[in-house]
Amino acid sequence: MKKFVCSALMFCVFLSALLTGCGNSGGENGEVIVYNWGEYIDPETIDMFEEETGIKVVYDEFETNEIMYPKVEAGATAYDVICPSDYMIQKLIDNDLLSEINFDNIPNIKNIGQQYLDQSREFDPENKYSVPYCFGTVGILYNKTMVDGPIESWSVLWDEKYADNILMQDSVRDAFMVSLKLNGYSMNTLDETELETARDTLIEQKPLVQAYVIDQVRDKMIGGEAALGVIYSGEAIYTQRENADLAYVIPKEGTNVWIDSWVIPKNAPNKENAEAFINFMCREDIALMNFEYITYSTPNTAAQALIEDEDIRNSEIAFPDLSQYENLETFQYLGSEGEELYNNLWKEVKSD
Amino acid sequence: MNKKKLLGTPYFVWSVLFIIIPLCMVFYYGFTDKSGAFTLENIIAISKPEHAKALYLALGLSLISTLICLILAYPLAMILSNMNVNQHSFIVLIFILPMWMNFLLRTLAWQTLLEKTGVINSILSFLHLPALNVINTPYAIVLGMVYNFLPFMVLPIYNSLVKIDRNVIHAARDLGANGLQVFAKITLPLTLPGIISGITMVFIPALTTFVISKLLGGSKILLIGNVVEEEFTQAGNWNLGSGLSIVLMLFIIVNMIISSIFDKDGEGSVL
Repeated sequence: MKKFVCSALMFCVFLSALLTGCGNSGGENGEVIVYNWGEYIDPETIDMFEEETGIKVVYDEFETNEIMYPKVEAGATAYDVICPSDYMIQKLIDNDLLSEINFDNIPNIKNIGQQYLDQSREFDPENKYSVPYCFGTVGILYNKTMVDGPIESWSVLWDEKYADNILMQDSVRDAFMVSLKLNGYSMNTLDETELETARDTLIEQKPLVQAYVIDQVRDKMIGGEAALGVIYSGEAIYTQRENADLAYVIPKEGTNVWIDSWVIPKNAPNKENAEAFINFMCREDIALMNFEYITYSTPNTAAQALIEDEDIRNSEIAFPDLSQYENLETFQYLGSEGEELYNNLWKEVKSD
Repeated sequence: MNKKKLLGTPYFVWSVLFIIIPLCMVFYYGFTDKSGAFTLENIIAISKPEHAKALYLALGLSLISTLICLILAYPLAMILSNMNVNQHSFIVLIFILPMWMNFLLRTLAWQTLLEKTGVINSILSFLHLPALNVINTPYAIVLGMVYNFLPFMVLPIYNSLVKIDRNVIHAARDLGANGLQVFAKITLPLTLPGIISGITMVFIPALTTFVISKLLGGSKILLIGNVVEEEFTQAGNWNLGSGLSIVLMLFIIVNMIISSIFDKDGEGSVL
C-alpha cells in the first residue's frame, strides 16, 4: 500500500511537472530529472531529497539499457541523472554523450568502496563520468529440493536430468555470457569462431530449456516452476525471503560482474542539482534504505557497515569476496558491428 | 454532400496521422539502410534461414488455428442462429463477454492455467491423472490463438447465417432436398462471405502475433512477429524490422484480395 501511494505521488509529481512546463522551475531550488531502472529505488528517499534540498524530482523509468540509449541519444527529454550499466556507460562515453562530474559537489563519494571505483575503470578509465549505485554478479538460482548435489558449474544447465526445468535469460549478452564462459572464452569476445561455438552450445541446450525469460525468473523460481534459473544476484536475497529452498551460486567458470552507476548526460539542464542528487544517494543512510528496499548490493561501504541483520551484512551473495573467483569479467561495449554480430547469432539460436 | 465530407474530417485526419504517415515511414525504413541509401536487402533478408523458418512457422500455426476456429465456430454459429431472439442475444453476450477483458491479461491467465505447477496440473495431480505438458510448446500457442480469435470467426458466420431467408430453406425442403443437401447447396454457399471474412479476421492477427508466442511459447518458438518486434525493441535495427513487416504485408494483401473476391457486398462484415 505504501508502495502504491508513493508511486501515485511520484506520478503526480511527474504530471505536475509536465503541466507546469517550462518557465516554472518546479521546487524552490529548481528540479532534477532522473531516469532509472524500474523498481530500483526506495520512493521514500526521493521524498526525503525533495524535503531536504527543495529540489523537485521528476522521475522516469526504463526497462533495459537498450531502450534507454536511443532516448538519451535523441535528446528528446533532457535528463539530468541516468543509471545505466557498465558497457552502456562506455557506449555513452564513446559517443560523447556524458558530461564530467564535478566531484567537489559529491563529498559522499568517500562512502563508496575503493574497489568499486577501481572496477569502474574498466568502462570509465579515469573515474570521471560515473558514481557506482549498485553492483552484483550473474549466477544460478536453484531449488535445493529439486536438484541433486551441489551446483557449481554452468554445465548443470546442459544436464539432461533437468530437461524442461531450466530458465535462461532472454537477453543476448547474458545468454551468450553463460555459453562463452562454459566454453572458457571471454564474454566480450569478437572472435567469430568462438562466438559460433557459443551459438552451437546454446542451440544444443535449447531442448532442455523450459523458457527464455527476464523478470519472470524471479516469480517462476519462487513458485517452484523450475529447478534452475540464470538470475542477477540482487534478486537472490528477495527470492530467498519468499522461498527458503532457493540458493544462489556463482559458477566456477566465472561470470559477469556488473555495476550500475549514476551518470550525467551532456545536455543535462540542471547539472548542479544532478550532482546534489547523486551526493544524496551516496549518503550512508539513504544507500541503506535503498539496499533494504531493492536488495541489490550497494557499493557504499559505509552503508554496508550499518546493515543490522548480520546474515545479510556478511552474506556471500550480497557482498561476495570476489577475489576467490576466477575469470570474472565486466561487459564491454562491442561497437555497432559487434552488437549486430551478437544479435544475428542470438536470432539463429532462437529460431532453431 | 459537403456536410458529409465535413463529418469525415476527424477520421481523415486520424487516418493520415496514425495510418498513412506510419505506413510511409515503414516503407521508408524498409527500403533504406542505416545510412539512408536505397536498398532491397531488408526485403531479401526474409530468405535467410532464421527469418524464413520463423515465417513458415507463423504461417503454419496460424493456418492450423484458423482451421480449428472454423471447425469450432460454424456449428456454434448455426446453433446460435437457430435460437429464438431472447436466448441468442444472451448467448452472444456470454460469448463476447471475455473480449471485455484485456487480451494480455487473458493470455497471462492461460500461462497460469497451463504451467507445470499451474491450476490445471494441480487439479490433475489431485485426481491422480497424468500431468498436462503443453506450456512452451507450439500446442500452447495454437491454443492461445484459437482462444483469443474464436469470436472473430463466430460473429461474421453468425451474421451471414441469420441473413438467410428462411423461405429459401423451406422451398428447398418442399422440393425434396434432405438436410445435407440443404446445407451443401444453400446454407454453405450463402454463408461463404462470412466464412471468408472470418478466416481473414483470424488469420491476419494470428500470423502477426508476437505476444501469444512470447507468453505461451516461453520465447522458445520464434514467429515472424517476434523477429520484427525484437528488431525494433532490442536489436535497434528499424530498417530490417520494417523490411520484414513489408514482406508480411504481402501475405495480408493476398488474403484481403481473396476475401474481397468472395465477399463483394461486404455481407460478412461483423457489424
